[in-house]
Amino acid sequence: MCVAIPMEVVRVDASRGVVRSAGVELGSDGNLVHASNVELEVRLDLLEDVRVGDYVIVHAGYAIQALPAAEARETLAVLERLAGR
Amino acid sequence: MSSALLAEARALCSRLGAWRDRPLTFMEVCGTHTMAVAKSGLRTLLPETLRLVSGPGCPVCVTPVGYVDHALALAALSDVVVVTFGDMMRVPGSAGSSLLRARAAGADVRVVYSPREALTLAHAQKQKQIVFLSVGFETTTPGVAATLLEARREGVGNLSALTANKTIPEALSTLAASAELRLDGLLCPGHVSVVLGPEVYQPIAARFGIPCAIAGFEAVEILRGLAALVDQVAGGVARVDNCYPAAVRPGGNPKARQLLDEVFEPCDADWRGLGVIPRSGLRLREAFAHLDAARRFEVELPEPVEPRGCRCGEVLRGAVAPDECPLFAGACTPEQPIGACMVSSEGSCAAAFAHASEDLA
Repeated sequence: MCVAIPMEVVRVDASRGVVRSAGVELGSDGNLVHASNVELEVRLDLLEDVRVGDYVIVHAGYAIQALPAAEARETLAVLERLAGR
Repeated sequence: MSSALLAEARALCSRLGAWRDRPLTFMEVCGTHTMAVAKSGLRTLLPETLRLVSGPGCPVCVTPVGYVDHALALAALSDVVVVTFGDMMRVPGSAGSSLLRARAAGADVRVVYSPREALTLAHAQKQKQIVFLSVGFETTTPGVAATLLEARREGVGNLSALTANKTIPEALSTLAASAELRLDGLLCPGHVSVVLGPEVYQPIAARFGIPCAIAGFEAVEILRGLAALVDQVAGGVARVDNCYPAAVRPGGNPKARQLLDEVFEPCDADWRGLGVIPRSGLRLREAFAHLDAARRFEVELPEPVEPRGCRCGEVLRGAVAPDECPLFAGACTPEQPIGACMVSSEGSCAAAFAHASEDLA
């Protein structure tokens, strides 16, 4: 399934990276919940020049797109409001 | 929901509600859209003139029963570990068995989140043959390609893939040409478009005169896509509107497309419900034939038998709604699925079942 939540890149090591769910993540029931800063190892093979601080969309363990930071933060802000309190 | 979003959602709904000219049928093609539509109760917000049908965008659902039989035959081999995405586990094969039942009977079947985990497992269990069940659309297949490229680079001898990968644009062309459906618009999948780029739908809009809109996954984003489709119909035009521009760029993701193309080549593919569509599948190129599980292992396969009474095929091409199937919610439930559409959480039947009570509430 497609999860459209931008993840923040916190470490890069060649084609491996670590991303952190920033703001929101999907709960076990598939609903948006506020993130608990979970770190996840992902592959960066499908993108060029990923840097720490970039935001990416992850699908099945591979980052499939980098998002401009400003737009990613905007998306996250919207998703955070959807997650509610 | 924030007030700005709620205001936008209201404005979009009233824009959609203003459509009175003639009944329109739009199809949402992505399994995640199907889930989001069911979960948000979005259908109840649409005017009666606007019908939203679900398409073949759940990879597990469109995988023919013969593939499940093949996976089960491989799982029965003593030195094989079958590695799969979770939603394949309960899809019934011809004889009513499933990977879940095979595992309960002693087969080694592992559920993973990423194809890359199959490679890790191949390194960890060198005495075993690791077979990855490669099912998915253009969003998933580049990751499989990257995994197989890595395996080839490392000379890994005990990993292979049983492929049933499919491509969305060819299936959409088939649906667009369907006299049975007579679609007025296509809500195109977000993340397939991230990889392929919005241009791939251009021929569908041009050739069939069917408006296309690419949408993100939140309810409000789906509403934006639907509103773009209505606007195109009202304006008498058919083009591709990109309503998910933050992630979907012209040309898509070039590196993902390049890896996909390096490892896979087009082939004819059998879609449950749609039949064989020319060049709508992906198979491993000759240079990767040694990683093809279908060539590595010789197994005997039964003649594929679709489950009796199941209308998954018609559900998948949007010809009937899930609750028009006689098995829906009776003999076929997410706990005891008969058809694939009830198995995967992205399947139209599973989504309709899970949220039926909310729609009535």
